[in-house]
Amino acid sequence: MSDETRQVDDLRMTSLTKKFGDHAAVDDLTLTIPAGSFFALLGASGCGKTTTLRMVAGLEDPTSGSIFIGERDITHLRAFERPVNTVFQSYALFPHLDIFENVAFGLRRRGVKDVKATVESMLELVELSPMARRKPTQLSGGQQQRVAVARALINRPDVLLLDEPLGALDLKLRRQMQIELKRIQVEVGTTFVHVTHDQEEAMTMADTVAVMNSGRIEQMGHPADIYELPRTVFVANFLGQANLIVGTRAGNAGADVVVSSFGQSFAVPSERVFAAGSDLIVGVRPEKITILDLVDAGRVPEHHNRITGRVTDVSYTGVSTQYLVKAPWEQELIVFEQNVVVGDRSEVGDEVVLHWSPKHTFGLDGSSGTTVGVDPEVLELEAVNQSLVADDAEA
Amino acid sequence: MAAAVPQAGGQAPPASVVQRKSRTGYVLLFPGMAWLAVFFAIPLVTLFATSLQSPIEGRTGRYKPGLEIGNYASALSEYWPQFLRSFLYAGVATVLALAIAYPLAYFIAFRAGKWRSLMLVLVIAPSFASFLLRTYAWKTILADEGPITSTLNALHLLPDGRILNTWIAVIAGLTYNFLPFMILPLYAALEKIDPRLIEAASDLYASPQTAFRKVTWPLSMPGVVAGTLLTFIPAAGDYINAELLGSPKNRMIGNEIQTNFIEYRDYPTASALSFILMTIILVMVFTYIRRAGTEDLV
Repeated sequence: MSDETRQVDDLRMTSLTKKFGDHAAVDDLTLTIPAGSFFALLGASGCGKTTTLRMVAGLEDPTSGSIFIGERDITHLRAFERPVNTVFQSYALFPHLDIFENVAFGLRRRGVKDVKATVESMLELVELSPMARRKPTQLSGGQQQRVAVARALINRPDVLLLDEPLGALDLKLRRQMQIELKRIQVEVGTTFVHVTHDQEEAMTMADTVAVMNSGRIEQMGHPADIYELPRTVFVANFLGQANLIVGTRAGNAGADVVVSSFGQSFAVPSERVFAAGSDLIVGVRPEKITILDLVDAGRVPEHHNRITGRVTDVSYTGVSTQYLVKAPWEQELIVFEQNVVVGDRSEVGDEVVLHWSPKHTFGLDGSSGTTVGVDPEVLELEAVNQSLVADDAEA
Repeated sequence: MAAAVPQAGGQAPPASVVQRKSRTGYVLLFPGMAWLAVFFAIPLVTLFATSLQSPIEGRTGRYKPGLEIGNYASALSEYWPQFLRSFLYAGVATVLALAIAYPLAYFIAFRAGKWRSLMLVLVIAPSFASFLLRTYAWKTILADEGPITSTLNALHLLPDGRILNTWIAVIAGLTYNFLPFMILPLYAALEKIDPRLIEAASDLYASPQTAFRKVTWPLSMPGVVAGTLLTFIPAAGDYINAELLGSPKNRMIGNEIQTNFIEYRDYPTASALSFILMTIILVMVFTYIRRAGTEDLV
């Protein structure tokens, strides 16, 4: 595919805004997506990620702001004039054309020569050569998905946009396609902008993830950086799970900020605190916590943050065991423990001590509560559970 | 697609059940078949027999059974201009109806939003008045002193100075009367098209015109085929429009069949004309469908 060297340019958006009535679906978005990167726009439905994508594709006109590829302003180009191609959600393959003609569509429109050879090598890349003369409806979901990728990619766009491309596939196929897409991206080197609501998918595939919330980007960076060090409550909750404990700033101890909450104090390195006010939230990811029987409390390292509590739930998932531990202030904390040692599990009702290193702790702005970014359905379920527990206690 | 799902218990149903099931099929088929036999097959055979009858000397309107193939030859040689005119008028009316209906159906399918149902009702609404009545109404609309004719005359756009009793009126009437049969199948076909396919086309460098030519039009083909057939076939055999809106110079084959049957009581000629019309239409339809490549879609 790449015998000629090609100037690939960054995709830039400046103050991009899209309003539907009074509602800003995309709100003053400024973003640079480096050439050749695999970029994921991650967010819940309605966060503006698809609108952003459609504006880049030229299928939606921005209310204000500009879109550039390199130095070229493409804001006012029409969709068919842009060097950008899209893999549509549920693919939008042309049902009246066979696979070959679907893939050849863009080449034919641009009057490219040597369509046959180009299409054949593209079909080879996505491993669909034997299907060339079939109609889209005769293909499985995964195959249709690959046709959609091939149909867009064959045009060698500056940017390939993927709108929830794996949403229609079942879990196992989705995993397989994630790897496949990543392989194709590395092979062709095109900038991929991938829109998804699936945080695991975004983290697996992308080298840069931008978490979007109500039309704005909350945080952007390498998946590991965002996961290990979320800067907002929304990101902490949306990307994986997090234990968030509300507290107040109680001063400094060396390089650490000390947060006091529920009569306890936790240490957070000051460079991991992203709030200026006195209301702080202490956060830690579930797998960073070590769980010990209370009798072994002496083994907790001196400087570690610690909480004593009682195990309320144990679920064994094979790779790990997930515990729910009730802290003295009634908050349930999640702990993941790798099943390295067989038969060394805590039981429901056990008194335990949880501990983790301050360098795995992060401090967030405490003014907006701890539930932003949690799936509303999960919150609802939790509320139901709470009331059930309360009923039990009364009975 | 139908995978063989093993029955619970793994046994095949007993033979008697299979037999009873297939018998049920025939029982259900019977009313339809009986209807077709009594009201389609038998009349068709009778009509064909009539078309081969020969006159009884000295008794007008009386015929004896025969094998008078010559009826066909004389019918064709006498009435070929009317055949030609019928297909010409029907063809022009079909093209006009397609030109009017396509944009309208497109609008209803993609742009009408909440007005969609209302517009569909408006398309069908005229059918609540009788066909004859509506055609009579056109007599008034196109009348020599009417607003349309006077306006066009003032602009010197009419070769004969009038519309009524010319071919223009006949074709206008045919177009109008069969328009809903064009709009509805077109709407049904267009409405099924996923708008994202058009977005995908524009994403793949197709200008709006190319997107229409390469995606929308081919996907609407089933509607185009169905609509043109539903317009052309009845229009080719129609006689009311030519009767009410045309002059004797605009007579179509339907008029001749009617006159032969009712006025001249020349049943063999009328039957032969009907059979010729039917055959020509069948041949044309099959050629057309094969050309459109949509046998499986109609």
